[in-house]
Amino acid sequence: MKHTVVALVEDRPGVLNRVASLFRRRGFNIDSLAVGTTEEQGISRMTIVVDGGAGIVEQVEKQLYKLIDVVKVSDLTKEEAVIRELVLVKVRCNREQRRDVLDLVDIFRAQAVDVSPSSMIIQSVADEDRNDALIENLRPFGIRELTRTGRVAMVRGAKTTAVNESESAELQRFHHDSGRRPEGDLPFVSD
Amino acid sequence: MKMSGADIVLESLKRLGVDVVFGYPGGVVLPLYDRLPAHPEVRHILVRHEQGGGHMAEGYAKASGRLGVALATSGPGATNLVTAIQDAMMDSLPTLFVTGNVARNLLGKDGFQEADITGITMPAVKHNYLVMRVEDIAYTFAEGAYIATTGRPGPVHIDIPKDVFIEETEFVWPEKVSIRGYKPATTGHPGQVKKAAEIIDAAERPIIIGGHGVILGNAHDELRRFAEKTGTPVLNTLLGLGSIPRDHVLSYGMLGMHGSYEANHAASNADVIIGIGNRMDDRALGRFADFNPTAKLIHIDIDPAEHNKNVPAHVPIVGDVKLVLPQLIEAVSQNSHVDWLHWIDDLRQAHGHSMAVPSGPELSVQHIVRRISEMSPDATIVTGVGQHQMWAAQHMKFTRPHQLITSGGLGTMGFEVPAALGAQVARPGETVWAICGDGGFQMTLQELATMVDARTPVKMAIMNNGYLGMVRQWQELFYQDNYVSVAMTQPDFLKLADAYGIHAIRVTEKEQVDDAIREAEGHAGPVIVDFQVQAEGNVWPMVPAGAALKETVEAPRDASEVRS
Ligand SMILES: Cc1cc2nc3c(=O)[nH]c(=O)nc-3n(C[C@H](O)[C@H](O)[C@H](O)COP(=O)(O)OP(=O)(O)OC[C@H]3O[C@@H](n4cnc5c(N)ncnc54)[C@H](O)[C@@H]3O)c2cc1C
Ligand SMILES: Cc1ncc(C[n+]2csc(CCOP(=O)(O)OP(=O)(O)O)c2C)c(N)n1
Ligand SMILES: [Mg+2]
Repeated sequence: MKHTVVALVEDRPGVLNRVASLFRRRGFNIDSLAVGTTEEQGISRMTIVVDGGAGIVEQVEKQLYKLIDVVKVSDLTKEEAVIRELVLVKVRCNREQRRDVLDLVDIFRAQAVDVSPSSMIIQSVADEDRNDALIENLRPFGIRELTRTGRVAMVRGAKTTAVNESESAELQRFHHDSGRRPEGDLPFVSD
Repeated sequence: MKMSGADIVLESLKRLGVDVVFGYPGGVVLPLYDRLPAHPEVRHILVRHEQGGGHMAEGYAKASGRLGVALATSGPGATNLVTAIQDAMMDSLPTLFVTGNVARNLLGKDGFQEADITGITMPAVKHNYLVMRVEDIAYTFAEGAYIATTGRPGPVHIDIPKDVFIEETEFVWPEKVSIRGYKPATTGHPGQVKKAAEIIDAAERPIIIGGHGVILGNAHDELRRFAEKTGTPVLNTLLGLGSIPRDHVLSYGMLGMHGSYEANHAASNADVIIGIGNRMDDRALGRFADFNPTAKLIHIDIDPAEHNKNVPAHVPIVGDVKLVLPQLIEAVSQNSHVDWLHWIDDLRQAHGHSMAVPSGPELSVQHIVRRISEMSPDATIVTGVGQHQMWAAQHMKFTRPHQLITSGGLGTMGFEVPAALGAQVARPGETVWAICGDGGFQMTLQELATMVDARTPVKMAIMNNGYLGMVRQWQELFYQDNYVSVAMTQPDFLKLADAYGIHAIRVTEKEQVDDAIREAEGHAGPVIVDFQVQAEGNVWPMVPAGAALKETVEAPRDASEVRS
C-alpha cells in the first residue's frame, strides 16, 4: 500500500542526503520524494510516498524522527487530503494531430504550455491516477519526454502538518546556515 | 576577547568537562595541536593508529559513563576512525569524534588528504556536523555533546576545515541547547505503565531481559528493586551484564546465542517477558518468529524505533528506564514466583554440563577467566571478540554496571587493547583486565606503545589458542571440520612485550594460572600474560545462527566436565 508521509526538516546542507541514506539503508521503497520551502523560515517540507505495509510505515516514521534534522513527521494516508502532482509531457504531434491532443487536454483539465510544428508540451496538475490516465492516452501519439514532480499533499480543513515550535533568530541562523559556505571570498588559502 | 577556532575547540571541550582526548596529528589539525599546550586541562594522549584512539574513547566512555573524545586529521586519519564510530553507534556509546578537513576553499576540489568524511560517517553517527564558520564552533560542540550524551547515547562527529581553526571570533558559550527536532523521551505514558503493571501482576512465569539501556541509563538500582518487588528472574543481554549483580538470587545470567541453557529455556517458556533497555537483537533472541510468540512482551526503550522493529510488543513503553522503572515499581504489586524459579533452577542443575569449566588438566580459557573473576572481583573487564569473549560473559561474575566493556553490536576484533587503555584512563588506580584473543590482539597491538607512554597499567591476558577460535568453531560445526584460514603462527608474545618494555609472563599449565594473575596485578605497569590455552575448545551451549532459543544445542556430554 502507498503511504504519504510528510516530514518537516531543517533546511540544512546534507539533510536530503540523511533522509535518502536512511531509506536506502533500511530498505524502504520510495515511490517519490518532493522537497520545498514552507511557511516557516529554515524549514523544508518533504513529501515522501512510501510503498509498504503498516509495519514498514511505522518504522519509516520512527526512523525519520531519529534524524536530528527532522522536526516533525505526519502520515497523511488516513487523512482527507488534497493530493497533487505536476506532470510535463512532450508529445509528438503534427498540425493534423493537434486537435486530437487538445481534446485530450480538455478532457483531463490539463494545459498545453508549448507548441512547435512537431511537438507539444502538456502540463497537468492532478493526482497520480489522473496523470497516469492522461499519459496513457497521450502514448499513441508518441511521448518524447516525460517528467513528474512527485506527490505533494495537504490535509483538508483547518488542521496542518506545520511545526509548532519556532526558533530564536540566533538558533535559526545556526541551524539554517551551519555547514554552508559563507558568502564572499574566503580569507585563507590552504597549504 | 577574540580567540582562534583552535582555542574555541579546546575551550569548548573544557566547558564540557572533557579532560582527555585520544588523538593523532596531521596537517590540517596542526593549528589545534599548536594550541594544546595552552590548555593543560585537556590531556592529549598520542595514540598509534586512529582506530585505536576511537576505541579508547569508547572504552573511556563505557568505563566512566562520560563523553569519550577522539581526534584525527583529515583524509586517512579520519577514515581510520570509521570502525570505532560504527562500533560506538551499534552499542550506543556517548562519544565525540573530531576531525580536521582541508581549508574551505579546497573542500570539494579533491584537495590533498581530503575525504568527504561527513558523507562517510553520516549513516554511522547519531549526528554529524561540518563547521564552516568559526562563530559556529562553540555552539556545535555544545549541541553535539548534548546529542551524544542524552536520550539514546551515540557517536557525534564534528568536522572542521583547517582555516576555521585559524579564524578568530569572540568565544560565546551557549547558555542552553535547544533543538526542535530532538526531544529525548523521559517518563513513560501512565496508561502504558498501568497496562504493563496489570500484565505483570497476572504473570505466572515472568522474566526480565535487562539490557544495556539499564546501564546507559544508570538504572541498576531501579532494576534490582523492580525485580525484587515482582519476584521476577533477570536474564541479561551481553551488554546488559552487570546491570544486576550476578550473585543476586534473581540473576540468571546471559541469554542468547551463547546464553545458558536455563536462561534460553526460561525465555522460551515465560508467559510474560519484560524487555528493559534492550534492542531485541538477533544474537540475544534467536529466530524472531519463534522467540516465544505466545508470551506477552512489555518493552521499555527510550528509542521508539526499537519497538516492533524485530518483535511485536504488546505493551511498548517509550521512556528513560531511570524514570519508567520507578513508575512501574509504584504500579505493580509485591509478588513471588517460587515454583517458576525452581523450574529454572532445576534446568540449571540438569543441564550444568552444557556450560561447564573443563575439569581436566588442560589449560582452558573458562578456567582462566573464572579465576580472574574470583581473584579480582572488582576489576573492570574488557574483551575482544570471539570465543574468549563468550567465555568471559559466561563465567565471570559481573557485579556492577560498566564492569564489562565489550564490542557487542559490531563485534570488532581489536577492540580489547585500546578500549582497555581508555577504561584505565577513566579509572586510574583500579584494576583493568583485557581478555584478548590472540587474533584480535594483533589487530591493534600498536597501542602497546601508547600504554607505555600513557602509563596505563592494563593487565592483558592473551588467550593464545593459535586460532581464530570462533571462526574455527563454526567451520568445525557447520562446515564439516573444513578449517580454512583460521590457524595462525603467533609471534613470541614475550619478545614482543620486551620490545615495548612491557612485563610479560607465559603460562602453559593450569597450576600456574593463579600465580600469574597475582604477579600481573602486583606489577605496577602494563603486563602481558601469554596464556597458551587448549587449541580447540568450543563455546557451549550454542543457538546456531537462524535457530530459535528453544533449540539451544548443548555440549556433548562428557563426564570429565563439571560445573561449579
Ligand atoms: C561473538 C558475539 C556473540 C554474541 N552473543 C550474544 C549472546 O549470546 N547474547 C546476547 O545477548 N548478545 C550477544 N552478543 C551481543 C549482541 O550482538 C548485541 O550487542 C547485544 O545483545 C545487545 O544488547 P542490548 O540490546 O542490551 O544493548 P544495545 O544494543 O546497546 O541496546 C540498548 C538499548 O537500550 C536502549 N536505551 C539506551 N538508553 C536507555 C535508557 N536510558 N532508557 C531506556 N532505554 C535505553 C537503546 O535505545 C537500545 O534499544 C554477541 C556479540 C558477539 C560479538
Ligand atoms: C575486525 C573483525 N574481523 C573479522 C571478524 C570475524 N571474527 C569473529 S570472531 C573471529 C575470531 C577471533 O579470534 P581471536 O581474536 O583469536 O579470538 P578467539 O575466538 O580465538 O577467542 C573472527 C575472525 C571480526 N569479528 N572482526
Ligand atoms: Mg584465538
